Amino acid sequence: MNDKAPSGAPVRVPRYSGSARINHWIMAIAFVILLLSGLSLFHPALFFLSGIFGGGAMVRWLHPWAGVVFALGFLMLFIRFLPANLPELTDFKWLAKIRYVVSGRDEFLPEVGKYNAGQKLVFWSQAALVPIMVVSGFALWTPGLDFLQSTFGIKATMDHRRLAAVVHAAAAVTTIVIWIVHVYAAIWVRGTLSAMIRGSVTGGWGWRHHRRWLKREVADGHVKSG
Amino acid sequence: MTTFQPLDIVRTSATVTTAPPAGRDVEVAKLIDVSKCIGCKACQSACLEWNDLREPVGTNLGVYDNPHDLTPNTWTLMRFTEWENPQSGNLEWLIRKDGCMHCEDPGCLKACPAPGAIVQYANCIVDFQHDACIGCGYCEKGCPFNIPRVSRIDNKAYKCSLCSDRLAIGQQPACAKACPTHAIMFGTKTEMLAQAEKNIGVLKTRGYSKAGLYNPPGVSGTHVMYVLHHADQPQLYAGLADNPSISPLVEAWKGIGKYAGMAVIGATALIGAFHYLVRGPNKVSAHDEDEAKRLAEAPK
Repeated sequence: MNDKAPSGAPVRVPRYSGSARINHWIMAIAFVILLLSGLSLFHPALFFLSGIFGGGAMVRWLHPWAGVVFALGFLMLFIRFLPANLPELTDFKWLAKIRYVVSGRDEFLPEVGKYNAGQKLVFWSQAALVPIMVVSGFALWTPGLDFLQSTFGIKATMDHRRLAAVVHAAAAVTTIVIWIVHVYAAIWVRGTLSAMIRGSVTGGWGWRHHRRWLKREVADGHVKSG
Repeated sequence: MTTFQPLDIVRTSATVTTAPPAGRDVEVAKLIDVSKCIGCKACQSACLEWNDLREPVGTNLGVYDNPHDLTPNTWTLMRFTEWENPQSGNLEWLIRKDGCMHCEDPGCLKACPAPGAIVQYANCIVDFQHDACIGCGYCEKGCPFNIPRVSRIDNKAYKCSLCSDRLAIGQQPACAKACPTHAIMFGTKTEMLAQAEKNIGVLKTRGYSKAGLYNPPGVSGTHVMYVLHHADQPQLYAGLADNPSISPLVEAWKGIGKYAGMAVIGATALIGAFHYLVRGPNKVSAHDEDEAKRLAEAPK
């Protein structure tokens, strides 16, 4: 793959612990279930997707529960990843050079920590959208309505539920768009997937995309050389 | 409920392509003259009886409404209102037989995501096909009259079928047959409109100058119509909607929204595909790996 072979195998830098990866992949599976089952009820042309789950009635049962799993997974992931996702000045410098991001010329970008501004935007937009999806989803779900009434004393009127349907659909479309960006970035930026599969990336990946993070990992002695 | 053939169906829920039949059949309609209703609930009983439904014994809240609301079993319900007429000073007992209005423009059908779960027949009856129903409750949101109810037992939505099964064998709806005062009448829509004219004329001679027909244009008319003695104030009759129409939220959600949503998702995926085709993958170079190695091996 490389013209000039590096001396020996690349160093590997740990990026995600086992529990972080399990947390992520539980969410990923729940998300794909939510995506397929949700789209099957969104547009008639996609109703055939309900066949994957055993029909529309099964979709209607499964979708809210997958949502509950996803939301709980996100809550844990949010707490876990929050410190590394706090905004900083570098994020704005990075965003100002977004054209170099899109064209893949990382050498013109500022050195970033564990997450770049794009990743942070994915994190924060989901942090905003997941609660919206949960609240509007509860208003569209009989057990959810029961829960809202018995726990919080909230009785959703029919107009609330209609609004919830529109909000849920709009937030879902936004979530799916962000998910496409998230998945695409992981595929486009080679070497990224191993962070969530093996738990580590190569040093070169860190050097190219998250140099400040790599330097700190090295300084903290997390990178075994040789 | 398969007494109708595919060509008898003019509209089907959640279906991209619909082949309309050659033409509409005779439009049927039920006409309810609320001024003739004595509140005997024979229509409620007949509905339960014909459809083989039973309502569990409930509790008395001190009103005549029994049960208190429409349920998956109670497809029609007498709603009682005591109203003091400010003009005459009379206490008027307004009784309205509530149930599906069989809209010409059915909101339930437009909101339904399950193909074929809600159909509109050529005779204009809007009917639920329970084998295709998935129990999502979208029909409840689509309905401007708050009629469908999803059962917690089998998770399917229920409402008045206008006795489509009885009609198919030349019978009138069970409620109309049971009504002892002919407050519920059934026939073609043309006949019922003519009948309504007569009944309204009679009411006007009795001093109800605002008597009129309830056939709301917001849903392009209904196939259950009311003759009201106070047609200028439909909300008097247990909150009958003044000018019902499908909520703009439902139109946004199941109308333009579903196309816009698909377009946005599709466009994002396409942009991604084109970006990859034009730019290729963002690869880590050997130089990057060497730099990282140098960094990792540098003496602390």
